[in-house]
Amino acid sequence: MASTLTIDKAAPTRSVKYGSMSRDRTWALRWSYFFLVLFAIFSLVPPLYMLITSLKSSAEISAATNPWWVFHPTLENYVQLLTSNQFLTFFRNSAFVSILVVTITMLISVPAAFALARMRFWGSATLATGVFLTYLIPDSLLFLPLFKMFAVFHDVTGIQLIGKWYVLVVVYPTLTVPFCTWIMIGYFASIPKELDEAAVIDGASWFQTLTRIFIPVALPGLIAATIFAFTVSWAQFLYPLVFTTSTDQLVLPVGIITTLVKGDVFNWGQIMTGALLGAAPPLIVYAFLMDYYIAGLTAGATKG
Amino acid sequence: MADVTLRKVIKRYEEVEAVRGIDLDIADHEFVVLVGPSGCGKSTTLRMIAGLEDITDGDIMIGGDVVNDVPPKDRDIAMVFQNYALYPHMTVAENMSFGLRLKRYPKAEIKSRIDEAARMLDIVELVDRKPKQLSGGQRQRVAMGRAIVRNPKVFLFDEPLSNLDAKLRVQMRIEIKKVHQKVRTTTVYVTHDQVEAMTLADRVVVMNHGRIEQIGTPNELYHNPATRFVAGFIGSPAMNFIPCRLEEASGKLNVRITDRIAFPLPPARAARYQAVARNERLLLGLRPEHLAEAKAHPEPGVEPFDAVLDVIEPMGMETLIYFTLEGAQVCGRVNPNAGATAGGPLRLAVDLNNMHLLNEGTGVVI
Repeated sequence: MASTLTIDKAAPTRSVKYGSMSRDRTWALRWSYFFLVLFAIFSLVPPLYMLITSLKSSAEISAATNPWWVFHPTLENYVQLLTSNQFLTFFRNSAFVSILVVTITMLISVPAAFALARMRFWGSATLATGVFLTYLIPDSLLFLPLFKMFAVFHDVTGIQLIGKWYVLVVVYPTLTVPFCTWIMIGYFASIPKELDEAAVIDGASWFQTLTRIFIPVALPGLIAATIFAFTVSWAQFLYPLVFTTSTDQLVLPVGIITTLVKGDVFNWGQIMTGALLGAAPPLIVYAFLMDYYIAGLTAGATKG
Repeated sequence: MADVTLRKVIKRYEEVEAVRGIDLDIADHEFVVLVGPSGCGKSTTLRMIAGLEDITDGDIMIGGDVVNDVPPKDRDIAMVFQNYALYPHMTVAENMSFGLRLKRYPKAEIKSRIDEAARMLDIVELVDRKPKQLSGGQRQRVAMGRAIVRNPKVFLFDEPLSNLDAKLRVQMRIEIKKVHQKVRTTTVYVTHDQVEAMTLADRVVVMNHGRIEQIGTPNELYHNPATRFVAGFIGSPAMNFIPCRLEEASGKLNVRITDRIAFPLPPARAARYQAVARNERLLLGLRPEHLAEAKAHPEPGVEPFDAVLDVIEPMGMETLIYFTLEGAQVCGRVNPNAGATAGGPLRLAVDLNNMHLLNEGTGVVI
């Protein structure tokens, strides 16, 4: 046996480079860095440009100087926006809408996902796919029927939703619930079956299994879904544009565009400032939740 | 504490019948092991006792009460899973007390029960850790602790040692036996490992294809298997099955294996097999330890023959030898000093006092 394993050292060495693991890894890392840096530049340039512009006065913006440099930095735009009641109203509306939408979304999609992932009932698999399919319907297709529905709703009940900020609280979950449910189904499905069986034997009801086992274990998923729901409702543009018109009912994205663009006059400094300030809350929410958003919470539940 | 009774229990999944009518009586305090190859229905049976699976037909009784439609939490059972199934976000103590807290036990009672179980399982210093900080063996102890603190009527174990390495498995096996000797709770234990079954059980239930092949104490199953399946499943290395038939020669009964090899049956065996048809296709069942090197002064019923060995496996205290008889590979156990060599001849002796005769067609031990 040993003879077949002997390497013939006299044989001419071929100029083939054998793939060494570390060399492969080094190259993979180099390419990774290259594309990551490229991607970072690509996505960070617009916010940087917004920041630069927000620090300029209107005069400097329209002057033909280097657009990438601020010669006379000023906080004038910030002061004006933050002292403007209008802007603060937009901000408040956005905050109310987003927080309510996130709450409603979680209250619906977490139990829904639990039911679809664990309580095997007739048609649950089809229903789970159906939930995802509803997410694929674009909002631009949905707003007309929704508008019509609210009009009929007004005719029947006398309650006017169109034109009020809270109409968005009703509308946004059509976007957030399907996707969040889908995310949570994935997370719940990854929890070992034995864990809920152990809970059932320990005497937990379905509700206790959900609240005391599934939600804590799937916390990273819950946070991912929360971030998603918050981002969607904070940044949504089409629905508020369609459903709200009077200035005191507007949310940030639409508010900035409709009040700071007057005819063909673009107040670029304030638009950029408003957009930048508007982008801050999702960033803060994200940074805050990032600490909890760590994978591997199921580690230790079962073998591995 | 309670006895567990299964009456004609059937489990059918759409097309497949996983459990085909099982009758089983488990006495109070008894440690019963369900053993069999994968897919034999042993885990399904356990899960039906736990209430995690509905039964299609039949009755399951715990402590004399029919529990067919009783939910798991009201059956007063505790289960230990193969993958431990610890709650990852809870500490060891919280894991163990979860069931008691749901039932709103007083805090002092919970604490004393955790302390007692932790002492019994030697995990006192681990109670504040999270499962991910524990090794596999420690996790399995915690899973057992979770079962013990509940003080249930029945313990159910679903292959609890399969995820542990071989050395730890032996250690935990002893641990489980110790715990059972202390708490004396009726236990149903599922495993595919016949060694675990033999070492742990008061009684072993051998299952195959959704049916019970045989129920008995470990020694009964080993020495008096009822079927070829049980004979082959229990014992390692497995029992040899050599094609043979019976023949009469000068008024005595012989078992003929090849044209050249035939052994006269000892009187007790001859009497037992007298009624077997002479042309019946039979199998001679012999455990490896009953095929040893020939001695100078053989006991009655021990017959010598010559064999050429294919492979030898030195195990230290003994050497396993493999040779071929009538197309069947046969394993024997010889003394390490018997001179066994691969490819070499060896004079062996077969102990016919411990032989089994099986009907080749039906697989039943005669």
